[in-house]
Amino acid sequence: MPIIVVEVMPKAELLDPAGKAVAGALHRLGHDRIAQVRIGKRFELHVDGEVDAALLAEVETVAGEMLANTVIEDVVTVEVLGAGVAGETH
Amino acid sequence: MRIGVITFPGSLDDRDAMRAIRLAGAEPVALWHGEHDLKGVEAIVLPGGFSYGDYLRCGAIAAHSPIMAEVIDAANDGLPVLGICNGFQILVETHLLPGGLVRNDHGDFIRRDQRLRVESTESSWTSGFTPGQEITIPLKNGEGGYIADEATLDRLEGEGLVAFRYLDVNPNGSLRDIAGLRNERGNVVGLMPHPEHAVEPGFGPDTPAAMRSGTDGLTFFTSVLRQSVLA
Repeated sequence: MPIIVVEVMPKAELLDPAGKAVAGALHRLGHDRIAQVRIGKRFELHVDGEVDAALLAEVETVAGEMLANTVIEDVVTVEVLGAGVAGETH
Repeated sequence: MRIGVITFPGSLDDRDAMRAIRLAGAEPVALWHGEHDLKGVEAIVLPGGFSYGDYLRCGAIAAHSPIMAEVIDAANDGLPVLGICNGFQILVETHLLPGGLVRNDHGDFIRRDQRLRVESTESSWTSGFTPGQEITIPLKNGEGGYIADEATLDRLEGEGLVAFRYLDVNPNGSLRDIAGLRNERGNVVGLMPHPEHAVEPGFGPDTPAAMRSGTDGLTFFTSVLRQSVLA
């Protein structure tokens, strides 16, 4: 079964308090070289049948309208998992 | 006047909102997220809570529930809609109000009696206040930080669409101390603090006069009622 991966990140210019909290914890543990953490989301959409251009377009629409709130987040990835790997099947 | 309160899976304050409506002198009508029926109500409250467990983003899944199609159409036709806390989050997710609400900048859930300044009385839900009036109502949330880009913030300020601003402290990192907004037409209002928890003496915030005597939230509901009488 093919999987379409959608990744969403908070907009770079906006505050990401969750990422900031994780960065603070890492610094307390001594990981000083990690300057910043930003936390996003990864969705794996399991698809019935083959992925075609129409379905990818549909997913891009859904990604912009529901999976991300584009006022505060960006859709950074919409791709078929394993795409481009010769002979790969799911 | 009949005012609907929509219950979503995970709503918490729907019954408090109905009680506030009753205390204000209107008739509360229970509405269900899964139906396409507003039952002819003359105003709508989207209550606080944690619809769908705050999954995806606060209010995001509720914003796509069946009844919201009717709510969005009705709001665009001028029906008064008040979103409280999770209801405010639902309103920004439907884009009836601009911007977004993110985790409090300090990372903690917060519960306090919050002083606010009423910045706009040009709305269905704030017309009973005086401009600049200072009120105290409870605030309780984990994701109440209001954000929007600079251009949007400047437009909100310029057009007088900031309805409420936090006083004394900014409890959650909201940009420009914004606690609540109204739309251009004034029928849609959203805010993070909870007016429905400050409507009856004995159960509201403390005031200098007496413990638990604060009823500043009642004016939200009497405002919409008064507008209906005048209309």
